[in-house]
Amino acid sequence: MHELSIAMGIVDAALEEAQRRGVQVSAVHLRLGALSGVVKDALMFSYEVACQDTPLEGSQLIVEDVAVIVFCSQCRETRTLPSVQLFQCPECGTPTMDVRQGKELEVFALEVREDPVEEHEVQESEVQE
Amino acid sequence: MSEPRLVEVRRNVLKQNDVIARSLREQFRAAGVFVVSLVSSPGSGKTTFLEKTLTQLQPRYRVAALVGDLATENDAVRLARSKAPVKQITTGTLCHLEAAMVQNALQGWDLHQLDFLFIENVGNLVCPSSYDLGENLRLVLMSVTEGEDKPLKYPTIFNSADVAVVTKNELSVAVEFDWNAARTSIQSVRPGMQIFRLSAKTGEGMEEYLEFLSQQLAEQRAVARV
Repeated sequence: MHELSIAMGIVDAALEEAQRRGVQVSAVHLRLGALSGVVKDALMFSYEVACQDTPLEGSQLIVEDVAVIVFCSQCRETRTLPSVQLFQCPECGTPTMDVRQGKELEVFALEVREDPVEEHEVQESEVQE
Repeated sequence: MSEPRLVEVRRNVLKQNDVIARSLREQFRAAGVFVVSLVSSPGSGKTTFLEKTLTQLQPRYRVAALVGDLATENDAVRLARSKAPVKQITTGTLCHLEAAMVQNALQGWDLHQLDFLFIENVGNLVCPSSYDLGENLRLVLMSVTEGEDKPLKYPTIFNSADVAVVTKNELSVAVEFDWNAARTSIQSVRPGMQIFRLSAKTGEGMEEYLEFLSQQLAEQRAVARV
């Protein structure tokens, strides 16, 4: 099970983006490809664990499943695969390994609120490249 | 409190690994070493297969191996019998190798002194699929004792591999292994994949596979020279 390391990667990426923008994150939107090798349920559970004791604690992970899309050289069209167990065009049956989508493991958006300036908080302006 | 809003960030979660893997691939290319990673289930015979590979390539080539294992160094000890340089990567509780571990393990090794480097991943058909190690060829190994439908149960790793080896062929009669069914399931998840059927124990079929590796090395060097 490598979902915990993946979840920690997600938290790190989201935190870095949030700090750079000076915002608080209430939800992380993830695009998860059917060929990413990551199990969604295990990831959801791991995400909660990975968020503990970080500014992301209590935030939500919203996963968008990304289906596998291949290009069929016979039809000259992109096709969505109904199953990752059969890499062939669902229309004409031609085998294909020309994968155009489905390996994604990407934090693509954050639901954020502007960071409220609290009295005890010292605003540090971190310059990150 | 302000209203929530959505900001697009588009961050690849595995970017750090991919960056290191790219740099490794570049190092391998520059040094002229051909790198093969091995993935399989636990108990498929990966270590025996690798030991035979190292031993049989050695008269003609300079070979070395990195071996990922959860806790023990048994595999490295076994592989050391081949007399090739072998380094163990003990991953602790981690179920897969990452590019950074390969990078660390390679410190102190002069890649220019090698023709082939083998990276044996932790026995696991799920987790290693997500991590690029900078290898030139990903080899997935299954044994006849595992059943013909193994590729259908683990489509992601088979799909991510470049070549398949079906080993323990000496047992295929005893377990009534259906070769056509196995070939069909491999081709179903990874159309066009080259498949080698062999027995690391008896040596049957090893020659064809070793010849394939020699060709791969020659092709890689020809491309590098252009």
